[in-house]
Amino acid sequence: MTKKYDTPLLDELEKGPFPSFVTEIKKAAAKNPMAADELGQLEKSMRDKVTYWKHGGIVGVRGYGGGVIGRYSQLADEFPGVAHFHTVRVNQPAGLFYTSETIRFICDLWDKYGSGLTNFHGSTGDMVLLGTVTDNLEPLATILSLNGFDLGGSGSAMRTPSCCVGPARCEWSMIDTLDITYDLTQEFQDELHRPQFPYKFKIKTVGCPVDCNASIARADLSIIGTWKGPIEIDQDRVRDYAKKGVNIQEEIVNFCPGKCITWDGNNLAINNSDCLHCMHCITKLAGALKPTPPFGAVILIGAKAPFVIGATLSWVIVPFMELKPPYQELKDMIRNMWDWWNEYGKNRERIGELIIRRGMREFLEVCGLEPTPEMVKEPRNDPFWFWKEEDLEKKPWEEFLK
Amino acid sequence: MGEIPEKFFIPDVVDVKQRKTDIGPPHYSNFLPPVIKKNYGNWKTHEILSPGLMVHIANSGDKIWTVRVASPRLLSTDTLREIADIADKYCDGYFRFTTRNNIEFLVSDESKVQPLIDELNAKKFMIGGIGSRVSNIVHTQGWIHCHSAAVDASALVKAIMDEFADYFTTKETPNKVRFAVACCTNMCGAVHCSDIAYVGIHRKLPRIDHDNFKNVCELPTTMAACPTAAITPDPAKKSIKINPEKCMYCGNCFSVCPALPIADPENDGVAIVVGGKVGNLRKPPMFSKLAVAYLPNNPPRWPEVVKATRKIFDAYIAGAKKHERVGEWIERIGWEKFFAVTGLPFTFQHIDDWTYAFKTFRTTTQFKWTK
Repeated sequence: MTKKYDTPLLDELEKGPFPSFVTEIKKAAAKNPMAADELGQLEKSMRDKVTYWKHGGIVGVRGYGGGVIGRYSQLADEFPGVAHFHTVRVNQPAGLFYTSETIRFICDLWDKYGSGLTNFHGSTGDMVLLGTVTDNLEPLATILSLNGFDLGGSGSAMRTPSCCVGPARCEWSMIDTLDITYDLTQEFQDELHRPQFPYKFKIKTVGCPVDCNASIARADLSIIGTWKGPIEIDQDRVRDYAKKGVNIQEEIVNFCPGKCITWDGNNLAINNSDCLHCMHCITKLAGALKPTPPFGAVILIGAKAPFVIGATLSWVIVPFMELKPPYQELKDMIRNMWDWWNEYGKNRERIGELIIRRGMREFLEVCGLEPTPEMVKEPRNDPFWFWKEEDLEKKPWEEFLK
Repeated sequence: MGEIPEKFFIPDVVDVKQRKTDIGPPHYSNFLPPVIKKNYGNWKTHEILSPGLMVHIANSGDKIWTVRVASPRLLSTDTLREIADIADKYCDGYFRFTTRNNIEFLVSDESKVQPLIDELNAKKFMIGGIGSRVSNIVHTQGWIHCHSAAVDASALVKAIMDEFADYFTTKETPNKVRFAVACCTNMCGAVHCSDIAYVGIHRKLPRIDHDNFKNVCELPTTMAACPTAAITPDPAKKSIKINPEKCMYCGNCFSVCPALPIADPENDGVAIVVGGKVGNLRKPPMFSKLAVAYLPNNPPRWPEVVKATRKIFDAYIAGAKKHERVGEWIERIGWEKFFAVTGLPFTFQHIDDWTYAFKTFRTTTQFKWTK
């Protein structure tokens, strides 16, 4: 295909060392008229400093309520190739591992039915196939399913769960993030494919407190691996690190948030009962220190970006849960919180916002969880708490003043 | 359950009735290299051998090498096939992506590591991103594909990564520096917890399309979308009114109501927020906080944004202790010093005036003189 549009502004973005998305669009545009018009419209956006995509629009696939995001151009007359330019979300393999045959299949499929442009990966974790027309959606979903792939989530649904690389290639993973993600994805297929919630619900699972998948900031339900045993120390390897130039006092001891490490120049000692399980010493002395069982996960709830009440990080609701297949305790808890959120949540209200509106106590009671100090940074500093009738019956002082 | 066939296929004629729903993704074990399958959950340690190369060592003594390269996230099928070809040649066909959109080639045979690196260099792939340095930028769609973008995302990412490419490929930083771009305040890019991050913002009221409002919008949803209750009904017009004193230009109303366009070529732009992190290492996770309230949209390379970033980045490199993230460094030196050492102006926009504003006001006489 001959070049369709001049793109002087976008051409500037092909200079410099970082790989260029413009080069990618041009590669696709050489074969595909949709991609060519995407390039033309984007050049116009660069010139006019504004987006030219229309607001949403419902398109779908039979049997599904989500997984495809409708997208239409405001400039369909000028750029007919992007008159429809829908996104198809494809549920990614856990851990984002691929084989070359798999990716070639996706490429062949997308060259035949789409624009030849993709996102590996979208922010939620799905493979994102970028730009197709409505008529292609049914055959696309069919061929994906014949080859073992399924659509991901969109809309007010459980979004495609995602995880870090986990035990596949990381020595610190204390839970099987890939298995948990796969298992929960299979368990909640209905909630993933047929939006039935007040708003989106994201689950992200990471193997340790380093949180390489940003679960604490980006998931309504954050599952973070942790440990309860002492940190095992290989003193020879610690001394090796010191010999190689690591300043153990400065870089390890002084950075410990629990102030529980000492170093006498020869031996490292850890007071495990004051350890905050932050992972700093373990990551900086890789191979010399390791966490020991019991292993499990901290379960947290409620992270979201700023709309409408401001951004929130997830809050601890279960300080430690053993996570072994079939993860029944976790699944039951998730269903309980969804029932409550479906009953009380307003349209477009995330579960964290509902917790703020109706109170953490109600949420914990719904989940069958008892209060523990790990749930708070500090207790409240005002005397205006809610007493329930049943609280008046309780006389905890009789127990603790014995 | 998603089971992949022995050989993938694309039929010429598609019978939609054959489709199964709710099969879920194929099991991840289909895609793991044999050495990973064998040592799954049994890794002992790893070493970073160079900025783009690490080796993981299992308790069994087995090893797997990972070579990481940058990706613009938006990939053509041609490039994906090129990646597949390289993976076939050196990695028995196995590779993966990181959550920050890098590509990782997984090499089981040590003798193939250097030849792989040589070929990637010859093909101009950008190798690096492992360890205490800049990794790839997580970002949103921007003008490529989104209706609510106030700034382009991919172009901004390209401009910033070109500027800091050395810190991906060779140079170190005190700790990881995570950039992120969200092209509007909906923040699909989750910039609210990154070291240095960019948010597309609006600065003018939404324009009400009174004729269309009743056709395409729902009144209660539109009113509920407003965080400051600036939207009230206008029964005479079967539309709404916006109280300009209350509007903070977040654009959430436009998300639910297409008749309230807010995009403005002259006044939209970029805010820079800094100091966020998600990991629990050392300090608890932190939100990013406002460093620069507004910089203009100047496509295709956003020079003002790149320059302001340079000021923050260089001050961090100069002032942080080894292992401190940007937010930890700022917390240690204090915000008054942050503005002094970066030279960024402190303006009214930096003083919070929203829901929990009072929590950010200073209630101590402990501060540092910077002037």
